Amino acid sequence: MIINLWINDKEFMDDVAPDKMLLDYLRSKGFFSVKRGCETSNCGMCTVLLDGKPVLSCSTLTVRANGKHIATLEGLQAEALEIGGFMADEGAEQCGFCNPGFIMNVIAMKRELKDPGEDQIKKYLMGNLCRCSGYMGQLRAIKKYLAAEKEGAK
Amino acid sequence: MKVVGQGVRKKDAMSLVAGKPVYTDDIVPANCLIVKLLRSPHAHALIQDINVDKAEKMPGIECVLTFRDVPQSRFTTAGQSYPEPSPYDRLILDRRVRCIGDPVAIVAGADEAAVNKALEAIKVKYEVLEPLVDFRIAKDHPILVHPEADFKTLIPVGADNRRNLCASKQFEYGNAEEEFKRCAHIIEQTYRTKANQQTMMETFRTYAVMDVYGRLNVTSSTQVPFHVRRILANALQIPKSKIRVIKPRIGGGFGAKQSIISELYPAVVTWKTGKPSKMVFTRQESFAAGRPRHESEIKIRLGADEKGMIQAIHMDTLWNAGAYGDHGPTTVGLSGNKSMTIYGQAKAYKFDYNVVYTHTLGGGAFRGYGAPQGFFALESAVNELSDRLGMDPMLLRMQNMLCGGQVGHLMHAYDEVEPLSSCALERCLAKAREMIGWDEKYPSREMDNHKVRAVGCAVALQGSAIAKLDLGSVEIRLNDDGFYTLLIGAADMGTGCDTILSQIAAEALLCDYDNVVVQGVDTDLSPYDKGSYASATTYMTGMAVVKTCETLKKKIIAEGARLMGRSAETAGFDGQKVFALDGDQSISLKDIANNSLLGWNRYLAASEAHSSPISPPPFIAGAVEIELDKLTGKVEIIDFAAVIDCGTVINPNLARVQAEGGIVQGIGMALYEEAQFSPKGRLYNDSFLKYKIPTRLDMGKIRVEFESSYEPTGPFGAKSIGEVVINASCPAIAHAIHNATQHYFRELPITSEQVLLSMQKKP
Repeated sequence: MIINLWINDKEFMDDVAPDKMLLDYLRSKGFFSVKRGCETSNCGMCTVLLDGKPVLSCSTLTVRANGKHIATLEGLQAEALEIGGFMADEGAEQCGFCNPGFIMNVIAMKRELKDPGEDQIKKYLMGNLCRCSGYMGQLRAIKKYLAAEKEGAK
Repeated sequence: MKVVGQGVRKKDAMSLVAGKPVYTDDIVPANCLIVKLLRSPHAHALIQDINVDKAEKMPGIECVLTFRDVPQSRFTTAGQSYPEPSPYDRLILDRRVRCIGDPVAIVAGADEAAVNKALEAIKVKYEVLEPLVDFRIAKDHPILVHPEADFKTLIPVGADNRRNLCASKQFEYGNAEEEFKRCAHIIEQTYRTKANQQTMMETFRTYAVMDVYGRLNVTSSTQVPFHVRRILANALQIPKSKIRVIKPRIGGGFGAKQSIISELYPAVVTWKTGKPSKMVFTRQESFAAGRPRHESEIKIRLGADEKGMIQAIHMDTLWNAGAYGDHGPTTVGLSGNKSMTIYGQAKAYKFDYNVVYTHTLGGGAFRGYGAPQGFFALESAVNELSDRLGMDPMLLRMQNMLCGGQVGHLMHAYDEVEPLSSCALERCLAKAREMIGWDEKYPSREMDNHKVRAVGCAVALQGSAIAKLDLGSVEIRLNDDGFYTLLIGAADMGTGCDTILSQIAAEALLCDYDNVVVQGVDTDLSPYDKGSYASATTYMTGMAVVKTCETLKKKIIAEGARLMGRSAETAGFDGQKVFALDGDQSISLKDIANNSLLGWNRYLAASEAHSSPISPPPFIAGAVEIELDKLTGKVEIIDFAAVIDCGTVINPNLARVQAEGGIVQGIGMALYEEAQFSPKGRLYNDSFLKYKIPTRLDMGKIRVEFESSYEPTGPFGAKSIGEVVINASCPAIAHAIHNATQHYFRELPITSEQVLLSMQKKP
């Protein structure tokens, strides 16, 4: 099936198999920040933004992205480095494999929620698994990032 | 200290957070063959016939390999120093299958669809045999898991394949039976733990290519690159000189990648076809064909006098190796040796173990390496003793456990008897008591809405490296303008050893952290290191760094002195320059470095190795507060306070995250993680849908503090941190659940269902 879509604001036109998952399509185009951690939509590694909303690309058919805009971490490097800097300052990135999907969802959360509290943060990011960090360092990083953003917005 | 003790960012942090392509599957060459396995649907069977004619001829298929095509010489996939204690009980492909998921055929082809079709076209005729699934009846059972004549062990571990024994041993210090006769109180109980999955976020994966020299290059997500080289050579029956192993960034390991798992199949495919190939395990495969924590049943007798002084401990451990003996003979030792050691004043210790084969998924290494099972059992028994005595469980520990005052005393129950060389456990426990608010909260408080809050505690230790056995080596080179290249064979698996070892090097060389550059592991270029396991890297390879720096500094001083026209004895080094001890003369490191690259064979580099004669224990004291819903049995972690003595903390941020991560893995193990098998040996929960690990909603608040001792044999006083942090979670949580319900829970995981069912009975 012929599809037309934008990845990080660059246009792509392709003939894709109807069963091709968006995750595999994105990796085939060199967007290696998109990771697969499972096959059951449980881990959040493969999170990308589809028309600005976070989706699990492992369980999104590529054809569903026809005519739409996709953002991967490759296209959001400034935000990735900013949020990531707070992660790095906690040592919370650890093995790093869950980082791209996690940061994608943090970006989505920041755009969607105003001044989220600790419970809201945890609930929003619940679907992003991490086996290394025990989540505390990630939470410290997000709180510091949100506080810095708020400070910067003043 | 300038660099040691600083929470510097990890060297690779910004690449990782930016999502750069740095992992195995991000850097595979184009046109890699896709490798997949046909796996056995039976737990125990003999392959009578296997027909691959049709599969081989299918479009896109490069090769289909069966047991006829691979060496029939047994090996172990356990990543351990040679000679491995794990029995040689495995083949790449075997005619006999011993668990569901055992490989039956290897298929390589141009793409996944072609390979999947070929897998379906392979016809296998099995003689299906009755499986032995229950490890409690496995010893001396008539069904044998390893009846083969060529089963062998390289060193005596008490294995006997005619009895389904992977390993066995009896240990005694003092006369336990005599001591028990004199004890006023004896706790005698049996504790059980289940298999747990490591579930690192990056599944097992490897690619292989032949290089320009005709050698097999294997890039793999592994903790043990040098063991991979040796084990692949062993499995493929080719010279070790023909193999090069590269470790890029890896997405977590926790011990799972201390076994050789995905490496075998692309290696054999590329070796046979000459073409690049890769294998990426699915999550399902990583669950169903990985190497989970060994299931255990531990019988304990714990004897104390009327004042609660522990006199004798007897532990009898039964360990389920599963179908293969990876890490079976070694993990089991920690269940008793580590846990009993913490009560160092007992007069007698007895430890018996049997590691048995069954037709279930073979076990392996998982953070703690047998110690979490042992500490759950022994610490639970100590908490039962405190109830029997009517004594505060923290006070009971204080009077019995290792403490700073016992430094120099021999640890008789330890793996190898050695003196305690550093200990701040009493400070750790006192601090944990204060942090959790023990005096106000112990044992429990009734809340509204059928809820009860309760606290629990435990203490634990681990080792730092394997004494007298494992070895780490390091090379440091001085380059143009005076920056250093740190070459290590230790495998950073995300925990940050590239960074930690760079910090140690910068401290020892008196330079900026940024002046030290480091690389991942390449067995052709990196100096030998046994790899990252056994809580060894900071402590053992860290000492190799210190030694290498000392040697290199001497060379720098000698060269600086030569350039200044004086003797080395009259010169010193401050990290920036070599200077005269008796005057103003000096020469900068930059000038020395640049001079060293010109003629005269004065290139400055040093390499040293380190192996430790002892394995000094780090300690953890954990105290947890839970809220338990009496209507549903649900247990919620409110607060986990942990205080750790890992000696000098090299990087407080990384140490803290190690602790938080380990504690949360322990929470999963305590409350819900369990690999469940059908009566026929099939793993039921082989996905994150069915095997739940803690999410960020499940771990409450984790608070970690450090109470450091100074370990004289470690780099700048450091011990290990990686494994000890998982050991306190299970017994502390079990204790809190007991304090909330008055019921003892002696089997992990303690699920809501179990809590609820127990509460319907009388305590």
